[in-house]
Amino acid sequence: MAITGDSRSQFHVLAVDDSLIDRKLIERLLKTSSYQVTTVDSGSKALKFLGFQEDEQSNPDTPFGSPNNHQEVEVNLIITDYCMPGMTGYDLLKKVKESSSLRNIPVVIMSSENVPSRITRCLEEGAEEFFLKPVRLSDLNRLKPHMMKTKIKNQKQEDQEELKISEIQSDEQQQPVQPPSPQPQPQPQPESQPPPPPALLLQHNNNKRKAMEEGLSPDRTRPRYNGIPTMV
Amino acid sequence: MDVLSQLQRQLADFLASLYREGFVDDQFTQLQKLQDESSPDFVMEVVSLFFEDCEKLVNNMAKVLEQQVVDFKQVDSHVHQLKGSSSSIGAARIRNVCIAFKTFCEAQNREGCLRCLQQVNHEHAQLKANLQSLFTLERQIVAAGGSVPAMQ
Repeated sequence: MAITGDSRSQFHVLAVDDSLIDRKLIERLLKTSSYQVTTVDSGSKALKFLGFQEDEQSNPDTPFGSPNNHQEVEVNLIITDYCMPGMTGYDLLKKVKESSSLRNIPVVIMSSENVPSRITRCLEEGAEEFFLKPVRLSDLNRLKPHMMKTKIKNQKQEDQEELKISEIQSDEQQQPVQPPSPQPQPQPQPESQPPPPPALLLQHNNNKRKAMEEGLSPDRTRPRYNGIPTMV
Repeated sequence: MDVLSQLQRQLADFLASLYREGFVDDQFTQLQKLQDESSPDFVMEVVSLFFEDCEKLVNNMAKVLEQQVVDFKQVDSHVHQLKGSSSSIGAARIRNVCIAFKTFCEAQNREGCLRCLQQVNHEHAQLKANLQSLFTLERQIVAAGGSVPAMQ
């Protein structure tokens, strides 16, 4: 998977909404926040874009990097409307979280209706956030930590692998090996966060995190990121 | 006062009145914040899309409501869409009509629905006229060498 030097530091968001106006809005919001954006008008188109293969679900042991489930483009976050004809945002969320190749992509749900049971259901299914519409620029500040988490986890994983390799090798170290990241926790906090609306109680679900960790590829050919941007 | 200052004053006053009378709400301000050099016509584009959408929905609802047997679920679905898009652009009055409209759909009240439809039409026309005046003022300001003031 080729990643150019520029797009490495850019995050790519896939936005799903059946309303043209809302698509235009979310696209503008995301671009203003310096994200790369792709918009689609349905859950099925989203899955298509993600390179989703139906038979991944029946075969949970499918190894990563297998030729069947390659993503054309890397997607760092999916943000989807809840109420859509056909496949709802919840259905899409489920499919993503059940997919071996897609489940570590963070998913955010948007809805014009504040229904606590709906919110709980989505969060339990693995959604990172639930935004009430209309979404604002300040809401998008909450996205970066989720996208960073995956990248930092990938980095940490690779760091540890590098360290193992260097221990096995001779003392002479040809290339600079970075020790495991000195950061205490791989959760960079944004500078200022507006308090979450009362309907939301964000709890880091341990099961969810574990699922994310298991979803990471041990593939060593994944390109390294030189230096993790820690400033948001 | 020179022409430019007069125009800018006019724009500020006009915008303030739109907020005061509830034609637009804070979401409209959010839209303006998203407009910049890279997307200079963003507000106008979104607003135009909304008016097109609104017209289409109103026509559809009118057709459904004049049937012998009204499919209120269909009407409700259109109202839901209109409520969402009016909320997204900050068209507060239209959004408020939709809230009442939904109640009539749920109560399967044809008369109530028809009244709301009329109200939507009315608000749509008013908002369209108001925003067109707004955009004209903005254009005049830019033509006079000024820039559209940043919104609070």
